[in-house]
Amino acid sequence: MNTSKKNVKTLTVLSLCVAVAMLLSYVEHLLPVFIPIPGVKIGLANVATVFALYTLGAWYAAVVSGVRVVLSALLFGNVLGLLYSASGAALALVGMILLKKCRVFSAVGVSVVGGVLHNVAQIIAASLVMETLSLVTFYLPVLLVSGTVAGVVIGVASGLLVARLKDKI
Amino acid sequence: MSDKGVVFGKRNKTLFFDALLVLVILAVALSVFLVFRLTRKGGAYARVTVGGEVVAEYSLSENGEYPLNGGTNVLVIKDGAAYMKEASCPDKTCITRHRTGISYDGETITCLPNRVRVEIFGGGER
Repeated sequence: MNTSKKNVKTLTVLSLCVAVAMLLSYVEHLLPVFIPIPGVKIGLANVATVFALYTLGAWYAAVVSGVRVVLSALLFGNVLGLLYSASGAALALVGMILLKKCRVFSAVGVSVVGGVLHNVAQIIAASLVMETLSLVTFYLPVLLVSGTVAGVVIGVASGLLVARLKDKI
Repeated sequence: MSDKGVVFGKRNKTLFFDALLVLVILAVALSVFLVFRLTRKGGAYARVTVGGEVVAEYSLSENGEYPLNGGTNVLVIKDGAAYMKEASCPDKTCITRHRTGISYDGETITCLPNRVRVEIFGGGER
């Protein structure tokens, strides 16, 4: 495949990933909250990020994640929400890229670290904003576990997607 | 495997490391939980702040009902624990999240809509 054709294809897949991420963010807003603890969520949009990470590469995953965070904040959120989700997304992305480079983890392991680091970054951000450490004591264990569970689910889903679609991209 | 990295290939190897990772994280979560659970101290007073300013302090050893912030919230202290009985906001998070009450040093009840915060302090003085 020549370069320009490849570029067009990459751009198309990247745009699709961003669109899917936005859609999944929206779908997640619609889902009922079955565990009423702030921060406990499945993080469906991370499927698109992990998918981009495995099919396109680290930089493209960063684009998907970054664009989604900014657009979600503009569409559904506020400034404080942007601070939380941006710090969560950034740390999660760095962790996932590094873990993938280890080459011993599957998409599940990579996504688990993404979910956990996302939550850890949000607790740190919230503690800094509210200037209290009491959040850490209660939320850290809860959010570590919920991040792990969410990470396994997202990892399996995106791993299956990558395995089926990789050859077509 | 291609240069795209390990997805679900080399099943045994990745499964081992994935499982190890999950176990390590769960172990960290459990130890953080246990450390905080075992090192916490009982508190003696409940400090009420509205919008960051301290408005009242109540002893946990005296039972009572206290309207806060001009009546938007009602704090109850009973048998050494503090809990929120009433709140004017629709979500009632401060009531439902701490139904059993708070009594340990550093524990807080926060009512974000009314900017009311109750914090336990003065551990070990009881």
